[in-house]
Amino acid sequence: MADPNFKTPKLTSIQDVPAVQPGAMDHSKPFVAKAEHQEALGFPGELVDNWKEVALDKMSDLLKTNRALPVFLDSCVKCGACTDKCHYYLGTGDPKNMPVARQDLLRSVYRRYFTVAGKVLPKLVGAKDLTEEVLEDWYKYYHQCSECRRCSVYCPYGIDTAEITMAGREILASVGVGQKYSNEIIGKVHKIGNNLGLPEPALANTLEGLEEEVKEDTGIDVKFPLDQAGADVLVIVPSADFFAEPHVDGLIGYAKVFHQSGISWTLSSYASEAANFGIFVGNYENMQKVAERIRTSAMELGVKRIVVGECGHAWRVAYSFWNTLIGPFDFLDSDFPVPQHVCEFTSELLRQNILRLDPESNDDKIVTFHDSCNVSRGSRMGNKPGGQFTIPRQLLRASCNHFVDMAPETTHEHTFCCGGGGGLLTDDLLELRVKGASPRMNSLQRVIEDEGVTHMAAICAICKSQFSKVLPFYGMGMEMIVSLHQLVGDALVFDNEH
Amino acid sequence: MASILLVVALVRRVFIYATTPAPLVIPTTPAPTTWVGVIGRMLREVVFFESLFKGNKWTWLFGWLFHFGMLIVLVEHLRYVSEPVWFWVASIKWLGLYGGIAMFVGLAGLWVRRLVVDRVRYISTPSDHMMLGLMVAIVGSGLLMVYVFPTDIVMVKSFMLGLLRFDWQPLPSDPQVVVHLALTLVLMIIFPFSKLLHAPGVFFSPTRNMRDNPRERRHITGWRSDANSDKQT
Repeated sequence: MADPNFKTPKLTSIQDVPAVQPGAMDHSKPFVAKAEHQEALGFPGELVDNWKEVALDKMSDLLKTNRALPVFLDSCVKCGACTDKCHYYLGTGDPKNMPVARQDLLRSVYRRYFTVAGKVLPKLVGAKDLTEEVLEDWYKYYHQCSECRRCSVYCPYGIDTAEITMAGREILASVGVGQKYSNEIIGKVHKIGNNLGLPEPALANTLEGLEEEVKEDTGIDVKFPLDQAGADVLVIVPSADFFAEPHVDGLIGYAKVFHQSGISWTLSSYASEAANFGIFVGNYENMQKVAERIRTSAMELGVKRIVVGECGHAWRVAYSFWNTLIGPFDFLDSDFPVPQHVCEFTSELLRQNILRLDPESNDDKIVTFHDSCNVSRGSRMGNKPGGQFTIPRQLLRASCNHFVDMAPETTHEHTFCCGGGGGLLTDDLLELRVKGASPRMNSLQRVIEDEGVTHMAAICAICKSQFSKVLPFYGMGMEMIVSLHQLVGDALVFDNEH
Repeated sequence: MASILLVVALVRRVFIYATTPAPLVIPTTPAPTTWVGVIGRMLREVVFFESLFKGNKWTWLFGWLFHFGMLIVLVEHLRYVSEPVWFWVASIKWLGLYGGIAMFVGLAGLWVRRLVVDRVRYISTPSDHMMLGLMVAIVGSGLLMVYVFPTDIVMVKSFMLGLLRFDWQPLPSDPQVVVHLALTLVLMIIFPFSKLLHAPGVFFSPTRNMRDNPRERRHITGWRSDANSDKQT
């Protein structure tokens, strides 16, 4: 598959670090949000007249309310450790995609207006006036970062470019130039309850269809309950799980696990979305508002637990931020962590021998696992640090006889982003997405050649959509990417004890 | 004067870091879940430069040589302000030369990287080169005045002790001494206004100093109530 507008990077068995090619991605920018999409989120509809003043005010505000910003903007010594870590730099060679250079877009303005050195000797310390050109650069390059935090692993001061990108995007939205893709989606969640704008009747219909499908395949009455008050567990899934491939096979997997466990569960039509693009645009209030629906729904349905489906950034928001944003969860059963990842849920059932998996069911596959960035570097599973790596692998090994890992410098905390995270999963950024995927494609290619890998499992809706789209650019089949719980569901042994 | 400026400006910065809220739990995971774990992570970070080691072995090597050379040299310099010289300071006197050389080698390595690697060259500003130049000049003049063209060290010491007691004593007029002390003053003045803030900054970095326990303990800051009070315009 090829796109006439750009060249797909060549696969290499060893990850090359490209030479600096200034301006290589200067043309890449996503569609700007329309007025209605901006205003629905509380942002001005178009670039305000006094945008410079508003931007600097916003920056000053952010500097006072988020410690990460002053610390990160002051501390960088330009050591260069991060310069070859970003998948977008590795895939494009554009120097402004080096994490430090991306930060410098904001840092140079910070220095100019908020530090003594930048006010007195701007040239010396690389301080810059805030001009329209700078604003344009912010828009382009803060939408070439997937907020995956890989750079923060290697920074001696823990500088997390994701925080800088979020601040940059929030300033952009505040002056009236938000990104269409993310803002339109956040608006849909506010209005309808999920990213797709899927209303309750359509959702109910879809779930009914799934029940029939599973019945046909397995002969078993696996239910997909919706809005069932009094269920034990509220399951919050990314809305892509309702219909997209291979996501929906994951949802079928969760349903099979619940069926076999005998634990009652329900989906919610009011909170039919795990994704929270509020994190992508860096806006606390929107992130909180999106999350709030889940708290409300859990209270209304009277559930005891909340389980979150396979979605990377959603899990980061749920695990790391929910308690702050929409806690406390004192109305839920305190015997279980809130929230729980569906992998934690399944793993616990396996440990208690409530589920039985027959890995031979997946003998036709040789499987590898793509660690999703937000799960790996922004959250945890289980009660020990690193559980986010061991628990999904434990499930895969229990479901498949043939599991292999990709190169260690590309997995666990070192994992590469799929190239489509952070609000960039939109076709107006296709070139960026294809090029940004190249480091992951390289490591995948290696296990295909060396180990005969046939499938790559993921636990993130964005990763799954992104890989379905970009795999063909690299000459690989889109069906290679599968949901982890698809493999679990396929290996699950149904018996009648429950 | 320079000392006062250093302390006041630095305290102000640290105060800002310490009082600015971290609204959300954002440690880079896997992260420790307890304070003891966080202290361990921080110690590994400042003693061994753990993250930099993962990031780039050459930068780590030169950076570590420079910083630990500097630690040795700073401790060794305490003999200019203690009388009688504290035992533990006197006992590492022999290390001073090696510390100075380590600093020099580290700085040279970092500077070469900054000039030779295209990515690092791209992100460097004039101040990054000047900072290296300044440090090289301080280290160089220091090594010269002790090991190559020895100056009257006793006189330097009585000058330093005099400073501490606000009692001005004569200073040897050798250029290497004057350069060494003058540039050190410059360094002290720019410290709180430059990237040298990485020294206090690392301790306040939320990705490194926060615990990974958001499910067990609800993280709230005063700022959150502001966020709730509908401040959007």
